[in-house]
Formats: sequence, C-alpha cells, structure tokens
Amino acid sequence: MFDNYSRGAQAMSESPFVVVEGLHFSRGDKDIFRGVALQIPRGKITAIMGPSGTGKTTLLKLIGGQLTPDAGRVLIDGEDVHRLSRKALFAVRRRMGMLFQSGALFSDLNVFENVAFPLRVHTDLPDAMIRDLVLMKLEAVGLRGARELMSSELSGGMARRVALARAIALDPELILYDEPFVGQDPISKGVLVQLIKRLNDALGLTAVVVSHDIGETLSIADYVYVIADGQVMAHGTPKTLDVDQDPRVNQFVHGEPDGPVPFHYPAEDYFSDILREGGVR
Amino acid sequence: MIHHVTALGRRGCNLLEAMGRAGIFLAQSAVGVPSKEGWTLWLRQMHFVGVLSLAIVLVSGLFIGMVLALQGYTILVDFGAEQALGQMVALSLLRELAPVVAALLFAGRAGSALTAEIGLMKATEQLTSMEMIGVDPLRRVVAPRLWAGFVALPVLTIGFSVVGIYGGYLVGVEWLGVFEGSYWSNMQASVEFVNDIGNGMLKSLVFAVVVTWIAVFQGYDLIPTSEGISRATTRTVVYSSLAVLGLDFVLTAIMFGGLS
Amino acid sequence: MKRSKTMELGVGLFMLVGILGLVFLGLRVSGLTLQPPSDTFRLQANFGNIGGLSPRARVTMAGVTVGRVSEIELDTEWYDARVVLELDGELEGKLSRDTTAAILTSGLLGEQYIGLSVGGDPETLQAGDTIRDTQSAVVLEELIQQFVSNMVNE
Repeated sequence: MFDNYSRGAQAMSESPFVVVEGLHFSRGDKDIFRGVALQIPRGKITAIMGPSGTGKTTLLKLIGGQLTPDAGRVLIDGEDVHRLSRKALFAVRRRMGMLFQSGALFSDLNVFENVAFPLRVHTDLPDAMIRDLVLMKLEAVGLRGARELMSSELSGGMARRVALARAIALDPELILYDEPFVGQDPISKGVLVQLIKRLNDALGLTAVVVSHDIGETLSIADYVYVIADGQVMAHGTPKTLDVDQDPRVNQFVHGEPDGPVPFHYPAEDYFSDILREGGVR
Repeated sequence: MIHHVTALGRRGCNLLEAMGRAGIFLAQSAVGVPSKEGWTLWLRQMHFVGVLSLAIVLVSGLFIGMVLALQGYTILVDFGAEQALGQMVALSLLRELAPVVAALLFAGRAGSALTAEIGLMKATEQLTSMEMIGVDPLRRVVAPRLWAGFVALPVLTIGFSVVGIYGGYLVGVEWLGVFEGSYWSNMQASVEFVNDIGNGMLKSLVFAVVVTWIAVFQGYDLIPTSEGISRATTRTVVYSSLAVLGLDFVLTAIMFGGLS
Repeated sequence: MKRSKTMELGVGLFMLVGILGLVFLGLRVSGLTLQPPSDTFRLQANFGNIGGLSPRARVTMAGVTVGRVSEIELDTEWYDARVVLELDGELEGKLSRDTTAAILTSGLLGEQYIGLSVGGDPETLQAGDTIRDTQSAVVLEELIQQFVSNMVNE
C-alpha cells in the first residue's frame, strides 16, 4: 500500500486539475445544470454521483469539450476548454482518456487494433514498439489473450476492460469513467473497481468516476460530489457523506426508494384522477 | 389559417437549417489533404461501396440494355429503321439510363448501408469516443466514405453503359437479326464522345456527390436510436432517389435541351 | 491498420474495369480513333442545302469510310453551307480537282453522309482546297413539290 498521507498531502498542495465554475447548461426548455461548481484534485479519484437523469454524462461531455455550456467555464490544467481552437482542443483531449458506458469499441477493428488506435494516430512509433505497448495495456486489464477477438465477440465486461486499455493507451493524465459499473455482473464489477483503483495508484492518474452505484464508488473514491436538480447538493469524503444530515443526501447514499426525491413522477392527485368523469385519460 | 402558415414557416426554417448543416458538414469533411492512412481507409470504402456494388449494377445494366433493344426494335421496325437500333440503345444508355439507374441502385445498395453503418457508430458512441481520443471523425470516418462514393459511382456507370450496350447487341444482333455492321456504325456515327459520353459521366459525378453526401449526412445527423437509424436509412433512399431524378431533369435540360 | 491484399486487388480490378470501359465507350461506341490528328487533311465543300447533315458524319468513297465532317457553318458570302471535311492523310494529293461531293442518305430514314467520287482531272486537291462540284441533300418536301408540279404541268 502507498503511504496515503504523504501522497494525499502532496496532491492537495497542487492546484486542482479540473475546475468547473458556475456551469449552466440547458437542453431545449429543460435546465440540466444551474450553476455547478466543482474541483477535481490531481492524482485522486473523484466521484460524481446522483440519481439517473441528473446529467452526469452530460457533465463529462462538457468537461471533454463535446458540449458547450450556456454559461460558466471548465478549466483543465488552467486552460478553458470551450475557448480553445479545434486543434488545441484535440491536443488537450490527447491528455484525457474517457471510458464510455457502452465501451464504444470500434466495430471494424479487433481488440489489438482498438487499443493500438490512439498510438497509431498520435505517435510515429515503430510497429514493434506499438505491439509491446498494446500488450502491456492489455496485460494490465487481463485480456492479453483476447487480442485477436473482434469487439462483437466480447462480453460487456470484457468490452469495457478493452475500452479501459484503449483509454490508457496514451498514458493520459486525466481519465473520465462514464458509469463504469452499470449492467455488470458482480465479478466484472469487482474487477473494474480493482482496475480503477490500481491504475490510479500505479500511474498517479487523476480520475473522475460518474456513477450511481454507491457501494462500488464510495469504496474507491477519495472525494465525492453529489449532484441533483442541476446543482451540487453535497460534497465531501465518503465518510462525511455517509453521516450527512441532509435528507436528500441521506436518501441517495442509503438507497431509500421514497423521500425528498419522490418515487412518483409529478401527477395530479391519484384519487381525483381515477374518479374523473368520462373515464377517458 | 395563421397556424398553418406558421407551421409552414417553421418547416421552411428547419429545412434551411438542415441544409446549412449539411453544407458545412460536406465542406469540413471532403476538404483536406489525405494522409497515407487516409488512402488505406479510402481503399477499404472503395471495396465496400464500389466493388461490392459491381455485380448488381452490371446485371441490371445487362437486362436494361436487352429490354431497350427489344422494345426499340419493335418500334423501329415499323419505320423500317431497325439499323438505327445501335444508336438508340447507346444514346439512351449513355445520356439517361446508365447515370440515373446506376445512381438509384447505388443509393439502395451502398447509400443505405453507409447511413446505417455511420448511424450505428454514432449510436454506440464510437464517433464520440473517436473525438475524445483526439481524432476528428469527419476526417477519419466520413471523408473516406465520401470520396469512395464520388469515385465509385462514375466507374459503376461506365460499367453499366458498357454491359447495357453489349446486352443490346445480344438481343438486337444475335437474336433479332439486326445487321451487326449497322448496329455499331450507326452508333459510332451518332454518339459523340464529349457531348454524350462526357455529359453522361458529368451527370453521374453530380449524382455521386449528391447520393453519397445525403447518405453520409443522414448517418451522421440521425437520432442515435434503433428507430432513428431505420428512419434515416429510409430517408437516405427516398431523398437520394428524388434528388437524382429531379437533378436529372435539370441537367438534361441544360445539357441536351438547348438551354445552354 | 492492415491492408488486405485481396481488397487491394479487388479495388484495383474495379478501377481497371472503369478505365477499360471508358476506352471501350470511346473507341467502339463513339468511334474515336487512336490515330494522331496529323494523319488527316482538310478540304472544304460548299453545299446549297445540307439537309440533316451533322458534324462527325461519315465521308465515304465507293462506300468506304475515308473521313468525317469536322465543321459545318454558314458561308455569309454566298449564303450557303460550308462544310469542312477531315480526310485520311493518305488521300492527300490523290483526289482529282473535279472530285464531286454529294450528301447521301443511308436507307430511307438513316443518317446522312457525304459520298465523294473521283473525276479525271490530272491536277489534284491539296489540303485547304475547296471541292467545286457538289450535290445538295435531297429534301423530301422539295422532291414532293417537284413531283406535284410536274403532275400539274402534264
């Protein structure tokens, strides 16, 4: 185990890697974010949590510069993502890896070529070197033996691990995980949790995990932001959140079906709805 | 009443906006210096949209040439002008049928597949992840497909014409007994290389740009759900067929209708 | 990315089919010749009426194609049609000065072409010369008119 205290102290002394300030974003008439502000510290695992439909994936897309906010800004290592030219933006993106919910492997390439893809397009390394690097990354996710398979032949968990190998192929400084645990069986979940933790420890990556799987996420996160209703509802270390007194946070962290976040979609009174005359709709 | 006018206006605005997006899309993806890598990607797409469409285009061309000869013969023989069969078959193929029918077949065979393929890549976030890796999907995914379409359709059209003329020869000369010499010499006397073959190829090139553009744009712009993909595929075939037939009239009027 | 040899071969063949097809269309269908243009020479002929003669129509001698019509324009001096013929180079200096040119029709509704027939003059036509003795196209309406007026006169 690493010496967590010294490492933590060192990381905190540096400026945060990602800063989000006063972020507003709406899609159509619906406000998704109303003034979200957060800081992602260097070399740590930061979790962004919240109920489904609160725009967690949208937040990642805003950080990655794929969407433009209505107001506010996103700084990555001091650079405002949304003010960069297309070329500079792509240069910043080379320093990030992103793990998509679906894996998003290229369906016309096999596992090896998928992982080799970022290396081939961004470096001029000779083939032998690329091969070594790819095998190294595949070994890290335990799929060195599956290198010849096509992406359609992989199970969901394997596809996500290959995608992880691809995301770390260029040794990024920041890695964004979009719902890494969704739809995985307990074994794959455990594998992924371990992988994320190990990558972070071994490579010193800054990681952002977007998820609503509370148990898995809280077990590896150093810091947690809870987002609901377009705002940051609470933030803190997993320990402080666990005992947070806010009823909404409490409901989410402990997974209670009804509470301040209602079980029912907004509707008129059940009784009067049923007894409405005519009985149509 | 006002309501309908408003609705019409809104549809007009939406249409204009979509066309603007499509134009920017074409400009961004088709322009640019291809790399060595791009050459390989183009080759792969040529195989997909060109080589694999060759069979259906050639077989259709053969049958259309044969039907033309059969129909043309029964009409021409009434005027005792069956020697003009070669000229009739060749001119109708080169000026009209080869560019149009090849483009329609291309829209159905290759265009719909392009839409579905790009649409699926979008739905499975492959395009997004490519962007996050720092590769522009317009250059990497769209451009090779566009250029493959631009080159493949004119080549297919040439194949269509050649096979069609040969089909006309089979029916007219070998079966119906038109004199072989007059089949070819009448054809040679009336077909002009620049005016007929050149204009036919120009038509085909225009259709190639339009069909491939529609197909690829529909794939790129669709709503990434299974329903969205199926709708976009249908739209590709419908829009490109209409565009080909409409443009064909305009081009024919300019090229052969004495409007120029 | 690996290139597949069969794919390259397929695309290569595909392009080859296109090029060969275009060559076929050029040579066999539109009758282009591969001979360089220097191998021909030009003569002019004025006709009172060319009927439906069009550029690229055949020029024949004794039924053998020896050249093509390259240009047709109105001669504003005489208000008749000046036709420029492009003939095989080997005929240069071999056609007698009193060679006649006639616009003929192949079959009843076939294309129109020019038929040359040689006279007996020892002097020969050189490139750029004009054929004096010409016979205009037969126009169906004129033929009928003549026929009708002959009937009336009788």
